[in-house]
Amino acid sequence: MNRKVVVGMGTCGLSAGAQAVYDRLRELSEGSGCEVSVTGCIGMCFREPVVEVRSEGRRTVYGDVSAERAAEIWRRHVLGGEPVTEWIIKTFGEEGVAGSEEKFLAKQRRIVLRNCGVIDPESIDEYEAAGGYSALRKALLEMSPAQIIEEVKASGLRGRGGAGFPTGMKWSFAAGNPGPVKYIVCNADEGDPGAFMDRSVLESDPHSVLEGMIIAARAIGGTAGYIYCRAEYPLAIKRLTIAIEAARNRGYLGRNILGSGLDFDLKIKQGAGAFVCGEETALFASIEGERGMPRIRPPFPAEKGLWQKPTNNNNVETYANVPWIITNGAAAFASVGTEKSRGTKVFALAGRVAKGGLAEVPMGMTINELVFDVGGGIKEGRAFKAVQMGGPSGGCIPAAMGDTPVDFESIPRTGAIMGSGGMVVLDETTCMVEMARFFLEFTQNESCGKCTFCRIGTLRMLEILERITRGEGTPEDIPRLEDLAVKIKEASLCGLGQTAPNPVLTTIRYFRDEYEAHIRDRRCPAGSCLALVTFSIDGAKCVGCGLCAKNCPVGAIAGEKGKPHLIDTSKCVKCGRCISSCNFGAILRS
Amino acid sequence: MPFITINIDGREHTVQEGVTVLEACKSAGIPIPALCYHPKLRLAGNCRLCVVEVEGWKTLQPACVTPITPNMVVRTDTPRVRSARRTIVDLLLASHDCDCLVCEAAGRCELQKLAYEYGLDRRSRSFIGDEDYVSMPDESSPVLRYDRSKCINCTRCIRACGEIQGKGVIAAVNRSRDVSVSGGIVEWSDSKCDGCGECIQLCPTGALSVKARIGVRDWDVRKVRTSCAYCGVGCQLEMWVHEGRLVKVDGADVVPNYGSTCVKGRFGHDFVNSAERLKTPMVRRNGMLVPASWDEAIGRIASELERIKNSHGPDSIAGLASARVSNEENYLFQKMMRAAVGTNNVDHCARLCHASTVAGLAAAFGSGAMTNSIAELEHASCILVTGSNTTETHPVIGTIIRRAVREHGAKLIVVDPRRIDLVDNATLWLRQRNGTDVAWINGMMNVIITENFHDKAFIAERTEGFDELWEVVRQFTPERVEEITTIPAGLLREAARIYATSPASSIIYSMGITQHVTGTDNVLSVANLAMITGQIGKPSSGVNPLRGQNNVQGACDVGALPNVFPGYQKVTDPAVLEKFEKAWGRDLSSRNGLTVVEIMNEIEKNGIRGLVIMGENPMVSDPNLAHVEKALQNVEFLAVMDIFMSETAAMADVVLPAASFAEKEGTFTNTERRVILLREVLPPPGEALPDWKIICRLSGALGYPMNYSSAAEIMEEIAALTPIYAGIRHSRLFSEGVQWPCPDPTHPGTRFLHKDRFSRGLGKLHPVDFIPPDELPDDQYPFILSTGRILYHYHTGTMTRRVGALNEYAPGGFMEIHPADALRLDLENGGRARVTTRRGSIETEVRVTGRVAEGSVFIPFHFVEAAANRLTNDALDPVAKIPELKVAACRVDRIGTAMGGS
Repeated sequence: MNRKVVVGMGTCGLSAGAQAVYDRLRELSEGSGCEVSVTGCIGMCFREPVVEVRSEGRRTVYGDVSAERAAEIWRRHVLGGEPVTEWIIKTFGEEGVAGSEEKFLAKQRRIVLRNCGVIDPESIDEYEAAGGYSALRKALLEMSPAQIIEEVKASGLRGRGGAGFPTGMKWSFAAGNPGPVKYIVCNADEGDPGAFMDRSVLESDPHSVLEGMIIAARAIGGTAGYIYCRAEYPLAIKRLTIAIEAARNRGYLGRNILGSGLDFDLKIKQGAGAFVCGEETALFASIEGERGMPRIRPPFPAEKGLWQKPTNNNNVETYANVPWIITNGAAAFASVGTEKSRGTKVFALAGRVAKGGLAEVPMGMTINELVFDVGGGIKEGRAFKAVQMGGPSGGCIPAAMGDTPVDFESIPRTGAIMGSGGMVVLDETTCMVEMARFFLEFTQNESCGKCTFCRIGTLRMLEILERITRGEGTPEDIPRLEDLAVKIKEASLCGLGQTAPNPVLTTIRYFRDEYEAHIRDRRCPAGSCLALVTFSIDGAKCVGCGLCAKNCPVGAIAGEKGKPHLIDTSKCVKCGRCISSCNFGAILRS
Repeated sequence: MPFITINIDGREHTVQEGVTVLEACKSAGIPIPALCYHPKLRLAGNCRLCVVEVEGWKTLQPACVTPITPNMVVRTDTPRVRSARRTIVDLLLASHDCDCLVCEAAGRCELQKLAYEYGLDRRSRSFIGDEDYVSMPDESSPVLRYDRSKCINCTRCIRACGEIQGKGVIAAVNRSRDVSVSGGIVEWSDSKCDGCGECIQLCPTGALSVKARIGVRDWDVRKVRTSCAYCGVGCQLEMWVHEGRLVKVDGADVVPNYGSTCVKGRFGHDFVNSAERLKTPMVRRNGMLVPASWDEAIGRIASELERIKNSHGPDSIAGLASARVSNEENYLFQKMMRAAVGTNNVDHCARLCHASTVAGLAAAFGSGAMTNSIAELEHASCILVTGSNTTETHPVIGTIIRRAVREHGAKLIVVDPRRIDLVDNATLWLRQRNGTDVAWINGMMNVIITENFHDKAFIAERTEGFDELWEVVRQFTPERVEEITTIPAGLLREAARIYATSPASSIIYSMGITQHVTGTDNVLSVANLAMITGQIGKPSSGVNPLRGQNNVQGACDVGALPNVFPGYQKVTDPAVLEKFEKAWGRDLSSRNGLTVVEIMNEIEKNGIRGLVIMGENPMVSDPNLAHVEKALQNVEFLAVMDIFMSETAAMADVVLPAASFAEKEGTFTNTERRVILLREVLPPPGEALPDWKIICRLSGALGYPMNYSSAAEIMEEIAALTPIYAGIRHSRLFSEGVQWPCPDPTHPGTRFLHKDRFSRGLGKLHPVDFIPPDELPDDQYPFILSTGRILYHYHTGTMTRRVGALNEYAPGGFMEIHPADALRLDLENGGRARVTTRRGSIETEVRVTGRVAEGSVFIPFHFVEAAANRLTNDALDPVAKIPELKVAACRVDRIGTAMGGS
């Protein structure tokens, strides 16, 4: 009865209560001979905590597992050998038994996430058992640096941080600059609201990133590496630290790695919470102990990067692809995706989508497929309105363009960007002006303040958007926003400022009517902007129970018992308590 | 330098390769607005005002950071460019407290100019901006005000502090709309900001301003360039004058300081406006100094000196010239003493600072001055600083050293018993026991020769005496040196190797080397070290004594010394004597005169009966003050010329009111031998007169008339008699001054000395053995006392202690003592202690700090109420007659313990 139970213990699992589930299972396993272990995130964050039972090549995944359910699963499945079919969300290698979430993974292609939710991220043995470090062995012992770069070039891998610069070409630049000291940097400062791709990889499969970096070091001549990881990812940092130590002990880091003559080691640098440090020159400044502010280029990092030495910087997902490419060959990678965008992309589905989580799909899948086939459509059956891609630097793409393929060529044509993989799904209740305001407020707060356009240009834009959402906009505000946005994009110093106006420009482009409604009609079509909505009571639905009047903090609701009540809009503060207290859906907000 | 052609605004321009678009436009005469750009600073590229269109680029490019490429096509004045620029100014104004009516920067504000240029009045601005933007300024610094609501975040100040001053004490804080500049966590004064004000000078708006409101508009002031009143760096300043008052000081953008100043230079000149300035002559009547007419005062001095001279001979009279007054005045003073009075008893405070340099370097090289130029230091590959707390005593040179390290990668070796601020920038710090300099320098030479790093060719061709030197040096193995100095042998070896093998090593030294009974020995050792490594006689490499007072170099140059006429021409040389007798029309004494300390000693023995002091304050500056005080009380007749009623003037029989540096024409000679101009910025107060006019009157009354119409005319006479100054004329000095030697009026001056030959021919290596200091600690006086300066005050404080901001930084005297000693003696930081030596005792505040070594005490000498010189030893160097101000044995007692009162 060699069954093994694995608990998903990424941040998503832990925040859903996986620790209690794990503790309960450990308690039950005492003396049973069954192993209980840990894994990372399988991507189905919407069903966490997730527990998997493995036996004889079969994997049965349960979702929404509480400590009580865990005990039940233990009793019936682990001990009894009978899967608890009603809680199964996914099965692997088990004919005939289908979980409730089979569709979520059906269209995915897992290259980056190959080990996520499968292996114990704190065990280098499990990583090796899954083929880990064989790519490194191959790269170091069977390939020349030039061959590695050629292989990465041939794979068509492009930077997954968002800009999509060909990785092999980037490596060749740094390789071409003289040493002796060169740096390999991993940007793990994932900061877009709603994005958690890199965190999940670091928490679930840290060795894949280390392996990619060590291969890069060989290719480029790197002597030392830094992983710049935001301090708000304590679990990722913990698991990285364990992984680095384990890799060092196995001789994958340090002097003369695998006898190849390569000397390379790396450190983790914790970011202190500045979004702009995701910009590579600001990131370098931060590692150097300076204030995290972008630097002017040229010189480019491949020539003078960290500490003024040739530096290669890629993000987590890019590095995680590399071992797979070396192991499986460039052709295998290039066969996935579109002609110019090879391979897969990991997306963090968030917002109003029914199944929020992490999905890795082949490049070229359409937005509709992602939202509906993978993400299960919109929550509560509402209408799909748009997606915001690429976080605050990205833009929105309306539902009407849902058949746009997700790749580095098609997405920029819509005015949005690929970004690092954040995909916030919006429905009919989302006000697009408010959405633009939200993201601009984020970038404005995160502006390092160095260049004028970003520091005060975005501030002026924000002020205008705030006026519009308060119903105080004027017709000149739209052209004023557009004019300023274009100038900010054109003449800001770094990527943060150059992309900050994107949410505003794309929402004006696709949802100009919403802006005009706010300005001309003093109306928020989505019923979202508080200053522009009024609360009223639908006389047909109101039964006169008085609950809303009782809950109203300002006494704005009155009426006779048993008869429809009325809201005095002059007193109403639009707090929404009446809506949540009404059992009949009689309160209208419009 | 290759040139390439680019097209700007439709016209071809040939410009230097490698420049930026902005620089190319500038050289083509095309204006590009920019706020963050400053030619002295590294590029920031943050204001974005300089954007231009470049063909082939979709977006606008910032001209300041875009390098030119061949055949580049640039457009600087298209509607798109103008619109972007206008928007930037518009944006800045919306986050700016447009308080121009009362803003300190109005008239010179660069944002104001741009707003005007783009016609951005309130009605035509696009943005409303932050209603609550106006905030309270940070006024925590004693000298400056930072107003965030006027800051445009160009970061010029931050870069100025880091890149020019090498301090880096201010930085940007917070993000986005809250970004501002700060020196500390909460406010400016949390930082190590020392108030140099470089940031103010480079601020394009009123965000950083002088804290004391100047109260006058930029366009209403007269700006006059002159030389600083303080140290020997000789910074050029721009003085702002309004209605006879000095209202503000800026650094002038020329050699040697290129706009930089220290806190004293920028904020320490208020004293000229002081109500306490002497305005009329005063004579002592019934024991009281009372106002008198010039005729009466001059007559009194003349008759007293005549009387003494007639009854006791001319050598019973002595004069102290001054390192604080001009070359012309010092020249006339010594001329008066020699020709009118008839004695060589003329000396000045150089005796107390660099007499050993003058003696030592003259013996080794043939001339006793800084061999290199200040600007060359920036490009030295190794700088060895010893016995100089440069950042406090010569602050602008301190910034150049920091720049050499921070910006150009120079290696800095500090050898100093105190952990001075430069240690922060040092590659190595060697802490020697006080007074053991000959030992460590011999030790370095031992390492260099043993390890074969000495420059054999240079030694053979340019020097003599190497074998004799080696006989002594061979005994100073690093291990033996460690015993004497406590410097670990390994560190000494490392320092020796770095110094010897760097392409251009420069030694900087100051009082820590000179003020010892072995001062001349120390200087000779320094010269030996430079010569055996060939680290002299080339750019950025040599021996560089930093002269203390603004004109101490000049006062020596023009003969305010008892043994030489102007230009170091010996009074004992018959040919020289004849030349001066002929020129001055009088018989002159061929006997060497007395030095400063000897004069004081002779007064006691009635050898000196009459004393004339010009602009010096020996009652605070000289060693063993009790002795000086007694001497000045006992001297038969004392006349003092000064700008304030100094401690010394208060004891005089006649006091003459002098014009300050800002109230007269003349020249100073700075530490790099540069003769620089002084201008009459203001009229002298009351009846005060420039010293040269006073001397002319006095000399006339003594029967030796002097008639000069201007300082320039006096300089012509100096030039005629002084070979090293032969080419100096005031008319040549208006832009940059001239560095001596300058043998004729067409000679450009000399950047560094001893290029192909030493002034004396071959450089002379002197074997020097180690001799311990005169007074060593014992049971009764267990501590080593050392004295020195601090940044915020100057010398005896006559000037700086009348400046409010400087007093705010440093209100009073103190002693530094090591924490372990403090613990033993039960002393608390901020508490009070009594420091006693065999000569005197003072009470002062205790500062517990690791800056000093265990067993050592440091006391600054500026503060008359806790005058360090009551304690110092007046034992003299036998050659240079410099007293050992740097080492004395002392006792420290907590105030109130039984030990006190003795």
